[in-house]
Amino acid sequence: MSSLSPQTVLDRIHAALPQARVELVNNPSPSGQHAMLVHREDALQVAEFLKNDPELLLDYASNVSGADYPEYLEAVYHLYSIAKKHGPIVLKTRTGDRGADTAVPSLTRVWKSADFQEREAFDLFGIRFEGHPDLRRLLMWEEFVDFPLRKDYVAPDDYEYEPTPHGAIVQKAAATQA
Amino acid sequence: MSFQPTTTFSGTADAGSLEVSLGPHHPSTHGVFRMNVRMEGETVVKLQPVFGYLHRNHEKIAERNSWLAAMPYTDRLDYICSGTNNWAYALSVEKLAGIEVPERAEYLRVIVGEMTRLQNHTAFLGFILGDMGAWGSALMYAFREREKILDLFEELTGARMMLNYARFGGVRCDVPKGWLEKARAYLATYPAFLDEMEQFLTGNEILLSRLQGIGVLSAERAINGGISGPVLRASGVDYDIRKVDGYGVYPRLKFRVPRGEVGDCFDRFMLRLLEARESLKILQQAFDQIPEGPIVNPAVKQRGFKPPAGEAYGRIEGPKGELGFHLVSDGGEKPYRYHVRPPSLINLTLLEEMCLGSKLADVMVILGSIDIVLGEVDR
Repeated sequence: MSSLSPQTVLDRIHAALPQARVELVNNPSPSGQHAMLVHREDALQVAEFLKNDPELLLDYASNVSGADYPEYLEAVYHLYSIAKKHGPIVLKTRTGDRGADTAVPSLTRVWKSADFQEREAFDLFGIRFEGHPDLRRLLMWEEFVDFPLRKDYVAPDDYEYEPTPHGAIVQKAAATQA
Repeated sequence: MSFQPTTTFSGTADAGSLEVSLGPHHPSTHGVFRMNVRMEGETVVKLQPVFGYLHRNHEKIAERNSWLAAMPYTDRLDYICSGTNNWAYALSVEKLAGIEVPERAEYLRVIVGEMTRLQNHTAFLGFILGDMGAWGSALMYAFREREKILDLFEELTGARMMLNYARFGGVRCDVPKGWLEKARAYLATYPAFLDEMEQFLTGNEILLSRLQGIGVLSAERAINGGISGPVLRASGVDYDIRKVDGYGVYPRLKFRVPRGEVGDCFDRFMLRLLEARESLKILQQAFDQIPEGPIVNPAVKQRGFKPPAGEAYGRIEGPKGELGFHLVSDGGEKPYRYHVRPPSLINLTLLEEMCLGSKLADVMVILGSIDIVLGEVDR
């Protein structure tokens, strides 16, 4: 596979989209897969560029995953080019925090492959992908309220528990019999 | 995307549509998978897959255990192909920690990996015939051969399906005495079996009419939809990770990458047959070339394994498509983030597009031609 360094990609982005806020995130691992962190407001524009630029042609968004860090949530995209047979280029976007400000733009309109995977990251991490065509929980059921893959998630003792009217009925019966 | 009905099967266009819930217990959904299908007459006008019936949050469980403890659990993702699941996880961890793998171990991985691909594609032949209504016979013929490969796996690893074979920087155990000769002798009979299956199936008129022109997927849509593996190549895209990434010892092995022309169910069916024959070629070469030597990198401490902080994405060409692992380490004994890129789930992204305008009975064949395992879809 021909190699494509993130620095080359970054230089091309800066040349074509000088106002886009993209920076290189160093990855200390021997894998050497350094990531590009793009500001969420510019993510869609940068994604379109990466997919359509004739030198890069990153037409294949192979993997999308979420990650939970103490200050923010992160959506990670691993991009490859089938036309040019290079990759992976790692693209990251971050939310403002882990509470109220958890929106990042959805890249499903650029790469359809992100469809189910963004739904999964929404389901398990609570990253809200704005502009996603059908942002619903994927694996957990609709009524579920928490985000299980977050580090501070506490599993309930009994997933099967559902409140039933039994308790109230027993109390009422006890009151009338007293 | 619009859901304009193409034709109505009977009556007028305003005869009303019917919504059917297929599954989760439908025998052709390959596990607990459900599809909400809206039909006009017998023609599908909308299809919505429903996931999660087999969800156990594999990723959360892996993140609370040690790095090595996730290895046997990867067997349970795509439980037909545990050999390649282990390999993908081990390869990703090796990328993350920069571990070298001894040559003999690389060959053993290729042997187990290609035998896994062979038995997956063999089982596929049986499953898809079942989806077309030919229950039993084809599946039994396929399973008869698959059993013999599982026997070989049992002798090698102690388990028929849950191999737990790869280790970080190698494999768990060396082959028993005489195993390689036994495997080679058995696999020499395999082309005759494939010929027999092809003779029974490929020329059959009913099979042709059930598969040809059904569920056509264009190359452009397949790439955009993240489709991988045999489904992607059946649409005419020349993309095999064994060639593109050249991981392991694949660059030393000669094999061809089959491609489809139309991208219909028949191409996907034929592609598995052709790939099985290529796997046999790879296996013969691996048996010829496998050197003596250590089977695991002695510098790696498997228990209490702590990769340096950082992250990595590793992937292999699994029998069902691109199986990848995105791993983040904080330098500790457990993965900080452990994510599986499941080919079975992502290959379903375009299921609706492939099914629109088809008859309800074809939905099962289209789903079968994608080849999914729910242990991997729902994780």
